[in-house]
Amino acid sequence: MSSHVYPAPHFRSFEQQHEASELGMWGFLCTEILFFGGVLCGYTMYRLLYPQAWVHGSELNSLWLGAAMTVVLLASSLTMALAVRAAQLGQSKAIVGFLAVTIALGIGFLVLKGYEYYGHWVHHLVPGFNFSGYQAPDHPQVALFVVFYFFLTLLHAVHMIVGVGVLSVIAMMARRDRFSAIDHGPVEIAGLYWHFVDIVWLFLFPLLYLVGAHQ
Amino acid sequence: MSTRVHSVRFYVGIFAALLVLTVLTTSVAEIDLGAFNSPVAMLIAAAKATLVALFFMHLRWSGYRMRFAAIAGLLWLSLMFAFVLADVATRHIPEQPVGWNEAAASAARAPLK
Repeated sequence: MSSHVYPAPHFRSFEQQHEASELGMWGFLCTEILFFGGVLCGYTMYRLLYPQAWVHGSELNSLWLGAAMTVVLLASSLTMALAVRAAQLGQSKAIVGFLAVTIALGIGFLVLKGYEYYGHWVHHLVPGFNFSGYQAPDHPQVALFVVFYFFLTLLHAVHMIVGVGVLSVIAMMARRDRFSAIDHGPVEIAGLYWHFVDIVWLFLFPLLYLVGAHQ
Repeated sequence: MSTRVHSVRFYVGIFAALLVLTVLTTSVAEIDLGAFNSPVAMLIAAAKATLVALFFMHLRWSGYRMRFAAIAGLLWLSLMFAFVLADVATRHIPEQPVGWNEAAASAARAPLK
């Protein structure tokens, strides 16, 4: 602990150091908004051009599996928020505990995702490899939707895997008592990233699972 | 950073609200609202994202710099969508002019080749 009671030398206070790192993370999240936003923009454009194909395409995904993944991810955001709260109170053991649950829920999400991908593979719904599982109208346009589905969810899953790695490092730092009530910036910064990845999924869920649910 | 610590109950309450909205969006999606299915789904998603950003990400209590960064991200995103949609959403295949005769038109074009 003793080596960490002072902020980095170029900061006036922990508060200033914390705000600088928080702003840095928000700057990064801005680039992430545009990173995902570019793909979502393409999605929107083709959805306007082929509305019916998007309806057929989203019917290939299980609504209940998508809803289950949403709930798992929201729960992981709750435990992440509680880990940050524990950090604000300087409770290292609680940080490790809540982060462990967050990591477990994140891995649970990825397992569900893998199960879903396995289903698409078995039912021949992977454009580029075998898309013979879909034999209804607008075949190429529906394949385009499924390409968007795979690209968006894979991009999101990669962010989840990175998040699990980041949280593991933070949990190990917390185990070594690296954080205290005044100096816990990394926990909060990692939390911002985790919540952002959650927010991305909150938009992917209606866009990829709910489009054709009413038909 | 504001070191405002909120109760566990507060965070669980936000989580409960997010669950309610998830159930809502899933059940509303199965009702045929005509043209309104997508706007309603996106509105609920935006409401959930706002809850996460304001309370889990503490944007509600962050300094103005953090809010500025978040709003800047959304601003650039909306610019990208606005310019793409200004094109795609306003496209239409023009009707052929009255009296248009494709055979006569290609015959007239032919000597230019």
